[in-house]
Amino acid sequence: MRVEGLKIVRQNKKILSDISFSVKKGQIIGLFGPSGAGKTTLIRSIIGLQNFHHGQITVIGLPAGSLALRSQLGYMSQNEGFYTDLTVQENLEFFASILNAAQKQVSALLSELKLSDYRHQLVENLSGGQQARVSLAIALLGSPQMLFLDEPTVGLDPVLRRDLWDYFRQLAGNGVTMLISSHVMEEAANCDEVLLLRRGRILDYGPVGQLLKQAGAKTMDEAFLKIVEAKR
Amino acid sequence: MSPRRLLATARRVLTQVANDRRTIALVLIVPIVLETLLRLIYNDNRSVFNSVGLPMLGIFPLVMMFLIASISTLRERTRGTLERLMVMPLSKAEFILGYSLAFSVVAIVQAVLVSLVALGPLGLQAAGSHWLIIFVAAINGLLGMSMGLFVSSYAKSEFHAVQFMPAIVMPQFLLCGLLVPRGHMQTLLRWASDVLPLSYAVDAMHTLSAQVSTMGTNFWNSILIVVLFLAASLILGASSLRRSAD
Repeated sequence: MRVEGLKIVRQNKKILSDISFSVKKGQIIGLFGPSGAGKTTLIRSIIGLQNFHHGQITVIGLPAGSLALRSQLGYMSQNEGFYTDLTVQENLEFFASILNAAQKQVSALLSELKLSDYRHQLVENLSGGQQARVSLAIALLGSPQMLFLDEPTVGLDPVLRRDLWDYFRQLAGNGVTMLISSHVMEEAANCDEVLLLRRGRILDYGPVGQLLKQAGAKTMDEAFLKIVEAKR
Repeated sequence: MSPRRLLATARRVLTQVANDRRTIALVLIVPIVLETLLRLIYNDNRSVFNSVGLPMLGIFPLVMMFLIASISTLRERTRGTLERLMVMPLSKAEFILGYSLAFSVVAIVQAVLVSLVALGPLGLQAAGSHWLIIFVAAINGLLGMSMGLFVSSYAKSEFHAVQFMPAIVMPQFLLCGLLVPRGHMQTLLRWASDVLPLSYAVDAMHTLSAQVSTMGTNFWNSILIVVLFLAASLILGASSLRRSAD
């Protein structure tokens, strides 16, 4: 996947400018930055939900928004993205038939994400952590080659967060490329590469170790602050 | 166009309705209660009940399906499910037709129940076939649904969506010929009445009535016009769905 010179202007306000980076297959890219930095807009541009007039985005060799990409990308937004008045299983079965994914993948995902016990419950009656896993399960239907997860761990307890990151690592091991956004800097340690975004611009992009070393910082929080200071 | 995705959408919408017992009760029972109320109000004047009660069989499904359709598509927008579907291989036509199919089933069940009660126990007199009455009532439900689907794209909140009901449906109700025959309206009002779909739905019901003189309106012509409105509003609804935003 490659993004080149992406710029998005909305109502004379620059949302994103000079965004260029590329991602190798099977990598976990962490998209970090404060809220309002443009993380969601960047993800939406890559998966074809956001129009852009400047720059180029190529995903699996195709321009962003291509029809052929639709069954190869998994997306989990910050919005619910599931039907609260359907059961867990009904949700997964519906999206599976839209994607033409095998119905047996539904049961496989339910057990992988520890949702089997709640499969017949309405999603509205589940806890936040369970709902996040439902949304993730839907994103994984059809075994997409690339996953775009917008703040998948926000508001979740530390145990579940760790479990999810372990699961993401396992997916990456199977060759799935992932772009995961978060505003919790400490989660950067779980990523292969980190893209720091602030006010619509890339502050820095590289492996976590390199970023820490360059900034002379011990934690990602500290590194982020130092990089922001240095750019002033 | 894939029948699999269209049917999956219809099935999903129907499952949502089926999971919500209160909605089912409201959709199926409220029209019957209202029609019964109408019968009681005109207890001493059965000819008025016969002339008003018949078009009302079409107006109940129209109003209720309008509301249900606009709220459900609005929810798809605000809760991120539409966005999710738009990054999947689902076409706008499959989405809209899936909804139409599901709500047709609901509209038909609703129309059958209220018509059976009206024509049976409530003693509504009609000259036309009972099948045609049920048919018009169901078509009206679909017309309401298509208008609801379309206007919901102009609503940002459920509050807006609900307000569209009086804004879009009430003028049509006032001008449809139920309160004042369309032929007796002032020219301007008559013109307005002529371009609104509900007028033709009520015209069609009137041709089935034993009470109202039809003034030469043809049943199938009126139905054709209603179906054209329905199709136009479904196409507008589909084109109002946006795959990507600016």
